[in-house]
Amino acid sequence: MINVTFLTADGEKIKTQGLAGSVMGLAVEHDVPGIGGDCGGVCSCATCHVHVAKKDLARVGEASEIEKDMLELTDDVSEASRLCCQITLSEDIDGLEVKVVRE
Amino acid sequence: MQPSKCSNNHQEPLRCDSDSVAPSQAREITTEKCPFSNFDENKVGQFKDSFSLLRQNQGFLDIDDQNDPVKMVLGLKEVRKAAHNWNLFQSEAKPGRIVVPSEVSIRDIRQIPFELDPPSHKYFRSLLEPWFKRPSTLEYQDKLGAIVEHVVSQTINDGTAHKNKQNSYDAVTDIALTIQSRALSVLLNVPMDEAKTWISWGTHVFRSNDNPLDAEKADVLYDYLDAQIQKAKGAPRDDIYGLLLNAKVEGRALSDEEIKGILVLTFAGGRDTVINSLTNTLAYFSDNPDALNFINQHPEHLNSAVEELFRYFSPLTHMGRVATAEGEVAKQHIPDDSRISLCWASANRDETVFDTPNNLVLTRKTNPHVAFGFGIHNCLGATHARALMRIWVKELAHRVAKVDVIEATENIEQWGGVKRKVGFQTLLVRLTGRV
Ligand code: HEM
Ligand code: HEM
Ligand code: FES
Repeated sequence: MINVTFLTADGEKIKTQGLAGSVMGLAVEHDVPGIGGDCGGVCSCATCHVHVAKKDLARVGEASEIEKDMLELTDDVSEASRLCCQITLSEDIDGLEVKVVRE
Repeated sequence: MQPSKCSNNHQEPLRCDSDSVAPSQAREITTEKCPFSNFDENKVGQFKDSFSLLRQNQGFLDIDDQNDPVKMVLGLKEVRKAAHNWNLFQSEAKPGRIVVPSEVSIRDIRQIPFELDPPSHKYFRSLLEPWFKRPSTLEYQDKLGAIVEHVVSQTINDGTAHKNKQNSYDAVTDIALTIQSRALSVLLNVPMDEAKTWISWGTHVFRSNDNPLDAEKADVLYDYLDAQIQKAKGAPRDDIYGLLLNAKVEGRALSDEEIKGILVLTFAGGRDTVINSLTNTLAYFSDNPDALNFINQHPEHLNSAVEELFRYFSPLTHMGRVATAEGEVAKQHIPDDSRISLCWASANRDETVFDTPNNLVLTRKTNPHVAFGFGIHNCLGATHARALMRIWVKELAHRVAKVDVIEATENIEQWGGVKRKVGFQTLLVRLTGRV
């Protein structure tokens, strides 16, 4: 099991676990507020915007060019921004913490 | 005769780009066959990129429209940037002006939230968004599922048909219009019987086929909505009329005109777009029966397949904006108070972003398309449209072995010198069930 913790805009902490898919998929499964996942994860809607915890930035890795182009025009973008449908669940990211940007 | 260079069976559309019309040679696309091609030159499920040369050469297309010209923006990044910049490129212009062809001379009523900008846009979006997110619930999707199942059962040839059942159906009216109207009754939470009235209006609520600016056509809808709003004032209701009549925006109730401006959009914005999505999908499957099997056997690709269908069809070609000051877009000077448009259809074939943009790739994983727009005005009906298309594609894949097109009349738009196929006027089909 891979653990991911979401910190919502309201300050609520939601702990989740999953085996496969994306971080967005996990959030939708657990009704995490602020993660819409409207496009189902094809990087078209930007409703899955998160800020990755500093400690996790390196292991989560960089966004692709396409994702960066999307983020560039998204509100509240920062160095830590990712569209979490583009983060695949794997052992490498076990214990990941992300902050949900939208309410 | 096939030169070796061209032996890729036209899998590399970038090189020849005969789909497009160059600015210097603005001409109609001929039906003349490529001397080196040996494929069906006009497949019914093929939707060419009409903008590719213009997009690559200059990035925009000038359109003349009732003495209020429009600079159409063609590249994905430029389209997104301009959509993002709502301050400079506004929607809250004179009602009807951001629509092309302009509806300024035929209506005064403002469509909401479509023709508003922040801050009022935000108040209305916040009011409407929870309602328009309902399609993500299972209960809602079950209702859509029943509607789709019923129409497929009525039109499929699977050996269970009773005697006087027709053999073929017009996908536009018999199938898509019926599904779209019944599904809209679920979105508005009104009795499904209302759909009968909407179906009787035909496929175009605002635009008659011969005259795109026929105001009388719109009157039918306005009169209907006036009557419904008055009726809804009588009793508490759990439908969209009830929601809007009880709602407060900035501490005040909505006017009847505002309510109408919201409702009108659910009919206008969600009609042709959904009908074309459903119909074009049948045309695609008629050319590609293997795709039905593929999706049936790989339901995990349903979502990417549907997103790709939206990208490929781009049911809403473009939408306008009005400049609030001098500006620049696609390296072009934009005068104050002039019009631009954001061409979602062209952006969705941008070869600098999408690999093989003119191929419909059901498993396309990263697909940053703008079929539902981009930025604050992104489509409010997208959750509904996506849910409906996922159910539609899944049901077809599950039950249909092949789709035969018997007769097709394409629906071709004309934008400046460019023609674009957006769907069909009629598409006579026969659906053969799986055994
Ligand atoms: C890599 C090589 C080529 C490819 C992939 C290719 C591909 C295509 C395609 C996809 C079409 C559209 C057919 C349709 O409308 O259904 C087309 C049309 C056409 N091609 Fe080619 N072609 C190639 C080479 C050539 C060459 C070398 C010539 C001329 C010497 C040529 C002349 C034409 C003409 C005249 C048309 C007709 C239609 C129009 O004006 O739109 N093609 N080609
Ligand atoms: C496949 C179907 C559909 C497509 C491709 C589509 C496409 C679009 C696009 C591109 C926009 C952005 C317009 C702009 O930026 O000015 C938009 C906005 C909108 N659409 Fe859709 N649409 C579809 C279905 C629907 C449905 C079913 C409804 C409602 C019943 C709807 C209601 C709206 C509304 C209200 C807006 C304006 C949102 C705003 O301004 O905040 N659409 N749509
Ligand atoms: S879910 Fe749509 S961009 Fe991530």
